Amino acid sequence: MDNLLVAENIVKKFGDYTALNGVSIEVPKGSIFGLLGPNGAGKTTLIRIINQITMPDEGLVTLDGVKLQSNHIKDIGYLPEERGLYKSMKVGEQALYLAQLKGLTKNQAKERLKYWFDKFEITSWWNKKVQELSKGMAQKIQFIVTVLHQPKLLIFDEPFSGFDPINANIIKDEILQLREEGATVIFSTHRMESVEEMCDHIALIHESNKILDGKLIDIKRQYKSNIYEVGLLTEQKAETEKYLKEHFELSEAHFKTINDELKFNIKIDAGQTANELISHLTSKGQLTHFVEVIPSVNDIFIQTVQNN
Amino acid sequence: MNHLPLIIKREYLNKVKNKSFIIMTFLSPLIMVGLFALIAFLAQLNNDKVRTISILDESKLFVSQFKSTDKIKYDILTNVSLEDAKKIVQESKNYGLLYIPKADSIDALADKIKFYSEDSPSLMTMEEIERKIETKARDIKLRKSGIDPDLIHKLKVNVTANLETFSGEKTSKLGSTLKLVFGGAAGYLLFMFIIIYGNMIMRSVIEEKTSRIIEVIISSVKPIQLLLGKIFGTSLAGITQFLIWILIGGILMTVVSTVFGINMSGSPMASQEAVNQVANSAEMQKMMNLGMQEVLNLPLANLAIMFVLFFVGGYLLYGSLYAAIGAAVDSETDTQQFMMPILMPLMLAIYVGFFTVIENPHGTVSQIFSYVPFTSPVVMLMRIPFGVPIWQQLLSIAILFGTFFLTVLFAAKIYRVGILMYGKKPSYKEMRKWLKY
Repeated sequence: MDNLLVAENIVKKFGDYTALNGVSIEVPKGSIFGLLGPNGAGKTTLIRIINQITMPDEGLVTLDGVKLQSNHIKDIGYLPEERGLYKSMKVGEQALYLAQLKGLTKNQAKERLKYWFDKFEITSWWNKKVQELSKGMAQKIQFIVTVLHQPKLLIFDEPFSGFDPINANIIKDEILQLREEGATVIFSTHRMESVEEMCDHIALIHESNKILDGKLIDIKRQYKSNIYEVGLLTEQKAETEKYLKEHFELSEAHFKTINDELKFNIKIDAGQTANELISHLTSKGQLTHFVEVIPSVNDIFIQTVQNN
Repeated sequence: MNHLPLIIKREYLNKVKNKSFIIMTFLSPLIMVGLFALIAFLAQLNNDKVRTISILDESKLFVSQFKSTDKIKYDILTNVSLEDAKKIVQESKNYGLLYIPKADSIDALADKIKFYSEDSPSLMTMEEIERKIETKARDIKLRKSGIDPDLIHKLKVNVTANLETFSGEKTSKLGSTLKLVFGGAAGYLLFMFIIIYGNMIMRSVIEEKTSRIIEVIISSVKPIQLLLGKIFGTSLAGITQFLIWILIGGILMTVVSTVFGINMSGSPMASQEAVNQVANSAEMQKMMNLGMQEVLNLPLANLAIMFVLFFVGGYLLYGSLYAAIGAAVDSETDTQQFMMPILMPLMLAIYVGFFTVIENPHGTVSQIFSYVPFTSPVVMLMRIPFGVPIWQQLLSIAILFGTFFLTVLFAAKIYRVGILMYGKKPSYKEMRKWLKY
């Protein structure tokens, strides 16, 4: 697959402090790329380098195969984590100004703003001052301004913070829609459930180093632990549990059922298949619950960071 | 992409459309002129009060000297003791009592004269009284030595040296004063402009930080463009405000002085004054002509061009520093510690200008400070009316603009790092580190 953005061996130092230590990422075209990491890992620095706000000390960033240069600004839309608007300016004026800074002409900007304002049903805000808007309202304007110039690459840093669930959903749908229309999205967040839901690639940065990256599915496969969550209805609970413990690695499991089953997580050896386990279990009682435990992004995040 | 015009336009319109800016623009001249009018009115009120001073002259030598005027009425007491005189003065609430005792000689008298009053008397009044007594005492002593005071008066010769430069330009003391006024006004104007609008640049940078819009902007615009846009936009707004101030101030001043002029002619002194004026009018005319001549003799074109250049250069130099400070801090309250290095050279420039340049426009100190870029705008502007060789002016301008480019680079570095730093109050040490990022 083609990569839209490639960063190779990015090094960035602030005095004695190394913010990025040879980090490389590849963002495939049309993907939603999750950039994850604990606070202070260096995500924002990397994003700022991609936006040409700061320059890397070493390394190379290319967009569509071309070394990053100033006219790439119009190809990138960036919604920073620390974001705001001019408080004393009117909404419409401000949106026009920001759009023009991204290289749109005034008429282009007006036309597209009208489309977005209609879509979000906020046309009446045009002449309001930003200080009259709520935080969520201001965030909507910021989102519009970010995507207005139809950039190839969209970078969202914590896009859902400050939104209520309804508006967060609207924004999520818009991001997915933009991807459908051909945009590539880099997405930095601490909300693992949105990563789970939206991202198809992720990279994990920890203490200035990239410690994990790839397709989300591949990573999940890699982190698969061959554990299954089982509910087994049986008369002789104690004996069955004792028997299973002798042959398998068992651990406690918590899930809701309507019967008084024996509940446990069970791990099989790499050579065994799920079918073999099932036939084994069915001989001991009635199988009511059988689910493969897939590691969540949350688990992968915590596990990887702690192991490093 | 060059967004500079767009940024300048936004900065300018944003400032000019700001309500408090508009109110300040139109209210300030009103307040200023109102204040002047009030001061003028109060001064007149103060002068209107007639002071009565009682005099007990036991020597009888000086009575003839004290003739009542509009402002001071002299009340001569005779045939009372000092104690009674004091009582009389206190009861009648007069301003004070001048007591001149009897003495053997004028010299013995000199130390014994006393002035009694409720509070400390005004210096002006005391000087006037002392002068009157001194004149009379000197005349008496002259006569005793056999010299006629009138003769001395007649023998006095008035000398006024006609000043002329080697190149043949006629000058006068009036001219020197005019030069000071021109230079001082130019220097002071620049000083005020830098302080008022430098602060405005700083606030506008801080505003972008506190409203958190900076990162959005900086992802589309180079920091140096934003920095320059801010400086230029704010300057244009400042110039607009200044021009409106001058315009409104001028109109109001004319109106107010006309009103006061009418007031004066309505007073009883008017007729007397008018007579004086007629008598003096020929002389006045001469003075006016001379003054005009002096103004025309000033290197006006030179002054105008250099005023613009130094004004722009000086303002840009300081403006970029103000912007750097704004970028480094989170709120206006944190700016205090960084203001000193800006205000110090500015104050120095004003002090050097108003003390050293007045004393000797071409002295060593004046010369040095008219090349140092942080003081040259003010000091050189004050020197130019006294005639500074063009090459010196150009050298100073070159140094100034050269330094401006350096400070802009310096400010841009601080700015680039500072605007993305939140929540920390930076120290000088930290800012030095930023330069290396």
